[in-house]
This record gives sequence, C-alpha cells and structure tokens, in this order.
Amino acid sequence: MKFKLPLLILSLGLFIFSCGGNGNSQEPSQAVSHNTESAPKKVNHAHGQASVKDDVSDANILNIAMGSKDHTTLVAAVQAAGIEHVIVNAGPLTVFAPTNAAFAKLPAGTVEELVKPENKAKLAGILTSHAAPGTFNMKQLRKEARKGRKVYTAAGDYLTVEVKGDDIYVEGAKVLGEVKATNGVVVVVDALIFPKKK
Amino acid sequence: MKNYILSIFALTMMSIVLTSCGPGSTSKKSGGNSGALTSGAAAQTYVAPGDYDEFYAFISGGFSGQLAVYGLPSGRLFRVIPVFSQDPEKGYGYNEETKPMLNTSHGFVPWGDSHHPDISQTKGTVDGRWCFINENNTPRIAKIDLKTFETDEIIELPNSAGNHSSSFVTENTEYVVAGTRFSVPIPQRDMSIKDYKGNFKGSLSFISVDQQDGGMDLAFQIRMPGFDYDLAHPGRGKSHGWFFFTTYNTEEANSLLEVNASQNDKDFIAAVNWKKAEEYIKAGKFTTEKTRYAHNTWDEATHSATSTIKTEVKVLDASKLPGLVYFLPTPKSPHGCDVSPDGEYIIGNGKLAAELTAHSFTKMLKAIEDKAFDGEAYGIPILKYEAVNAGAVKNPGLGPLHTEFDGKGNAYTTFFISSEVVKWKLGTWEVIDRQPVYYSVGHLMIPGGNSAHPWGKYLVAMNKITKDRYLSTGPEVCQSAQLFDITGEKMKLLLDFPTIGEPHYAAGCPKDLLHDKTTKIFKLEENKHPYATHSEADAKVFRKGKDVHINMTMIRSHFSPDNIEGVQVGDRVFFHVTNLEQDYDVPHGISMIGANASELLIMPGRTETFIWEPKEVGVWPFYCTDFCSALHQEMQGYVRVSPRGSSVPISFTLDGDAPGAE
Repeated sequence: MKFKLPLLILSLGLFIFSCGGNGNSQEPSQAVSHNTESAPKKVNHAHGQASVKDDVSDANILNIAMGSKDHTTLVAAVQAAGIEHVIVNAGPLTVFAPTNAAFAKLPAGTVEELVKPENKAKLAGILTSHAAPGTFNMKQLRKEARKGRKVYTAAGDYLTVEVKGDDIYVEGAKVLGEVKATNGVVVVVDALIFPKKK
Repeated sequence: MKNYILSIFALTMMSIVLTSCGPGSTSKKSGGNSGALTSGAAAQTYVAPGDYDEFYAFISGGFSGQLAVYGLPSGRLFRVIPVFSQDPEKGYGYNEETKPMLNTSHGFVPWGDSHHPDISQTKGTVDGRWCFINENNTPRIAKIDLKTFETDEIIELPNSAGNHSSSFVTENTEYVVAGTRFSVPIPQRDMSIKDYKGNFKGSLSFISVDQQDGGMDLAFQIRMPGFDYDLAHPGRGKSHGWFFFTTYNTEEANSLLEVNASQNDKDFIAAVNWKKAEEYIKAGKFTTEKTRYAHNTWDEATHSATSTIKTEVKVLDASKLPGLVYFLPTPKSPHGCDVSPDGEYIIGNGKLAAELTAHSFTKMLKAIEDKAFDGEAYGIPILKYEAVNAGAVKNPGLGPLHTEFDGKGNAYTTFFISSEVVKWKLGTWEVIDRQPVYYSVGHLMIPGGNSAHPWGKYLVAMNKITKDRYLSTGPEVCQSAQLFDITGEKMKLLLDFPTIGEPHYAAGCPKDLLHDKTTKIFKLEENKHPYATHSEADAKVFRKGKDVHINMTMIRSHFSPDNIEGVQVGDRVFFHVTNLEQDYDVPHGISMIGANASELLIMPGRTETFIWEPKEVGVWPFYCTDFCSALHQEMQGYVRVSPRGSSVPISFTLDGDAPGAE
C-alpha cells in the first residue's frame, strides 16, 4: 500500500477539529457563580505531558500519529510501550513512523507478541530506535546524505541515510513523506528500522 | 479520594507532631500559629499537585512597579507582570518593542511605584477583561490585557502628582478614574512654595475606556481645590454616576503635614457627579488647556508599542460648575473611601479618627435637594455632616485604612495602628469579630470586594510590617500577606505568604473568569512586525550604513542564521528575532555577549528586537537563554566582528549553507 500524504493531512485536520470541544465559549461578562462552596476542579495527568489539553497549538508528533489512519499499529505500539509522553516532549524529535503496511510485513504474530505487557521494555526499545533527537525533515535528510552524516537515535544507534534518485532511505527504509510537528517531524517510512548493532 | 484522605491524615499527624513540640521547641512561632494547622487551615489552603486554585489575586507590586499574580487559597506566585518598571526576565522595557511603553513627558522612566489594581466590570460585576493599575510617582494608569497578562497601554496624567486615588473603574468600566494626591501649580511654574494656599490645585482625571478594545482616552479633568486626594471608589447601583474621593490636608499645608494637615476636625469626601460632568462637557462648559502627557499603546499585530505625546486636556472647574462636586465632611484625614455593594454607604476610613464614618447616598441626595449646606469651600458646597451621615462604627480599632465587603451585609476594615482586621455589620454598625494581623495591615482584598457582587469566601490582608514572620533575610525582608476564611461568623486565619514590593491593594476574581481564556501562542501568520521572519528561508542579514539588521528565526533547537560575518566595530546591530514555534509554552531566549540590553524571552509566534553595539574585534557568541528543548545547550551561534572599514562582506549561514537551503 502506497502511503498517501494528503490523506494523512486530512485525517490530521479531522483530529484537530475533534479536539475543539475543549474551548470555552463563555462570554467574559457572563457572571461566574458567586457560590462560595465550590471545590477546585481536579486535573488528571495519568499520561504525563500527553494528558495536557491544548486546542491552540499546532499538532505534535503524538497528535499526528494518532490522526493518521495509516499508523494505527504504530500508535497502538506506542501506547502499549507507554511512551506517549516521550513523543509529546519538547524534543525536538524525528520519529521515523512505519505505516500499518510496514508492520504487516513483519512475520505473522510479531506485533501481537510485542504488545504483550511482559514485552513492554523490548517494544519501547524498538520504538526508541525510530526516534532521533533533532529535526531531520526530508530536506535535512538529503543534506545528511550529501554530507555523509549519520542520524543518531534515542536508542544510541547511528542510522545511514542514502538518496537514490528522488528517494531517501533511512537504514534501508524508504521515506514516503513527512509531516511537520511542533516538537520535530514525523517521517513516514515503509519498513521498520532495525539498526545493525555496532 | 483515598489519597486525599491519606494526605489529610498525614497532615493531621504532622500537625499533632508539630504542636506537641511544646515549650522546648526552637520555633518560637509554633505556639502562636499552631491553631491554624490543628483547625484544618492547612487542608483549606492545600492545592494538591496538578490542581488549580479557586481564585486569581492580582496583587500590586508597590515600589517594584509591577503586578503580581497569585493563586488563592494557596498563596502561590504564578507571574510578575511588568508594568511600570523594566524587567530583564521578560525583556520588558529593554527590547525595542516595549521601550515606548515606559516613555513619559519626562522622557524614558524605567521605574514606577504601582499601587491599586482594579479589574474591569460590567453591570457592577468583575468581568475579567482588563486589569488597571496606577503609578504613583510619575502619574500614569496602565491597562493589562487579561488574555495575555501583558501591559498593553499606559497613559500619563497631566496636572497630577502622586497619582494615588486611582485606578478605580466605574460600574461598566465607562471610566477608569484617577485623583492627584499632591496638589501642584497648574500650569507648573516657578513660584514660592509658601504661596501654596489657594494657588496650588488638584486634578481628578476621568479616562474613558473603549468597550471593544479597552483603549484609554483622557476624557476630562475636574479642577479641584489644593487638597490631597487620597483614595476613591465608584458609586454603583443607585449611586452609579457618582464617584467618591477622600481628601486630607484640607488645611492646604505645605510643610510638616504630619502636624499641619491634622488640624481640621473634619476633612472631606468629595462626591463627584460624573454624569453631570458629561453633560457639562457636552454643553461645552470646559476649557481646553495646553499640557503634555504620554500615551503609550501596544499593537497586537506588530507586537510593538508606540508612544505619542498629547498636548491638550479638557478641564471642568468644580468651583464654577454647580452640581458637579459636593463635599461630605468626614472626620480626621480619611484614607480609604469605600462604597458598599448596594451603592448606599460610603465609608470614610479616618486615619486619625476614633470611629469609622458611614455616609448614606440616599441622605446625600436629600441633603443636596434640601440645600442642607454648611458653607462652601472654593465655591463647592459642604453638606451638613448630620444630613449625610448614616452612622458610625464606635471604637472599631485604631488607625482605620480600608474597607471591603463580602456581599452578605458585612464589611471588613483594616486598622494599621491596632494591627487588626475588624468585621462589622452594615446598617447596625456593630462589630462582629476582630482578628490580629502580623503586622500593621494596610489594604485588604476580597475577590470582587470593590463591586456590586463580591465573592465573600477569602480575605487577603496586606501588611506593611513583616519583622519576624519569615526566615530572616537581613535588614530587608519581604512583605507579608495573610489569608482569612470569611465564610463563618468569625474570620479564620489560614495562611501567611510573602509578596513582592509593597502590596498596595489587590484585585481578585474566580479562576473560571480567566483560566480557560488566556492566550497560549501568537499566530505566526498574524505577525505583522516589520522585521518578522516567517520561515527560516526568509532569514537574512543586511547593512544600512552603520546599522546591521539580523532577521533571525528560532525553532527547536537552532537559530537561523547562526554564523554571521561582516559586522564591524562601531556598528549598531539589530537582532530582530522571531520565534517560529506554534506550540504552547515553548519560548526561546536570546542574549549576546556585551549587549547593553537584557536577554529577550520570545513567546511562540512573536518577534522581538534588541540592539548590540560591538566595541571589540573578535568572534562573539550568542545563545538561547531559556531551556527550550533537549538540545537547548546546542542552541547557540557566533557573530564575527571585524575592524571598522574591513572588507569582510556580510554573510550569514546555517550548517554552512544559506538559511533554508538544501
């Protein structure tokens, strides 16, 4: 399945739209209750920074991934690994985001096995090697290839960047598109990245 | 819920442990204060991590010139809003955009003495649109936008000195009102000080407020006798259309006022009929006088302030215009002038009086109708004391200063000398409760206390003397506020907390009025700053004579450009820096070695400018001053400074290429 960037943007739009319900439409002049018995409202931060409600900022990496129909497996994996708060962090981060089709290329049962609670650390490790500190958008990736620089990941690996014709490959995974995020960039890839061990 | 019970249990246990220390305790305070802990005060002020306070409190920063934002009941400080003083933390008054905010007819004044905050109202209810605050020393009124929590307008007041009886708003924020404390020669001229009496004059300024954008305009001034105008509050409800000002020094003394201004048995509360003033203005009964004052406005679109010097003011002469002003005799140099929520009672807090005076608005109107006058002062009728007085609180305490109301028929007055807050009943004038404060309280604030509809849950007492209340910090200690629960018959002390500067008055409102409506980012596409850079590719450096302009961007985690050459000793280098982020709470900062400004702390989507004048040849670094991201420490750059007349051309790069290049 070929990844379609416009679709991703469309679904991102839907996501942002659906977040809008949090806005407060109360007029400033409208009286606030004078009942002095009211108790302070509780704030729930069950998922760390990922729990922050923000209907004003542009989308961050988690928002983008969650808004993409092509990344439901990735999102499920991120949630299973419990690292949502990492990809809403200030970053900047580049997340190489394998599509559902990329996950489907794995041997049967692999994903089901990885999302089991007992494999949480292993899953987190795999996902972390898809995240690089810094903003490596496609323009920057071409530059990395031209200058012969590798991309260092949060897992401590160095990823090779190659340009073949018009296409960019990161550690062999083909880049299908990119979406700018507030805290970096989502670079969509057609395969999972398993760095060669040093 | 379980955790909550647990924490209460823990706190209770802790309080038992604390209070059981006994006389052997090293803390001499534990005995005196243990009541607060054991009676649940700790639980009442405890706002659990991640939870919100119930109220905002905007507490005057006094001689810091700023306005501090606290939460109640926790007493936590959230923000210091720079208003009248430069603030290097925020670049306010240092960057080119905000410098004009501090312009006055006396030139650039980097400091102010902020006094009385007041939040805008609609129909007598605090509405949370804007907060106004006055500057006492170089008379000014500022407006703070309560979406951005930034100062967006400052207007100077001509013919004024010691702008103390301000900045209080009328019931629908038609006006924000200011009275001069010190009378002065008008116009200013070279004359003998001893000729004060009859020659010095006071000014009461009415600044109209645009209901759409809050824009202030000095609508008119009322020329008054040369008294000191101390504090003021608006009429409301039935007394809407009137404004009341306390006066002292009706003796018109010009020296040793502590003695000479305490001679008269009674001074006055000046009752100003501002609806009448509007009629007189409409009828052309004013004179237009030449003067000079600065009016500084902030443009949301360009992120920049402009200062304009204005040269005229419309003046109404209270001595010549009947029905405009009446004097209500009020004992002994009244300080606070406070109006009950229903608009009926005008409380004069006579600093040196043995009792607290309450005038009746209804009686005042009757006395005016009956011409129950007791002579006049400079042509202004003095109403008979008995004809306007509603009653007095007998033996309330010593040195009354200010009164606020809870909306349930009770009033609360501070007493400086006897160091207490006294609760009493409107109409019956009986004292209900008195609680000591530590020490010598000045102002007090109940959220919405200066309105028709107070939220009578908490009372903040702002004390003038701190002494031994906190850990000692040398001869200079912080100021002290104290929080009371006023929901019961008796006031209950809950908390002490430190404040900045000296808190003169405060304004409060419920969290829900503001919390969900604040600005979080500035939209980049709406940024019309003349030097805004909307993308990295647009970043550039160019020379105009000796001025070098750097249009720079910042985004996690680099500046663009970050290598700049071609600057020469003697140049003026303008860093116009745009934060490209569109993400809440991701500011970036920038500072340059040797710059005689402050750092800039630039919010997402905003452009700010500072000037650097390099004096030495070399390669000089700049860096991000705010820990913006995981790669914050990498956010840095260099400027090469060559000798004057060098042939090194202007160049600017990022990662060895032109900004935005592949």
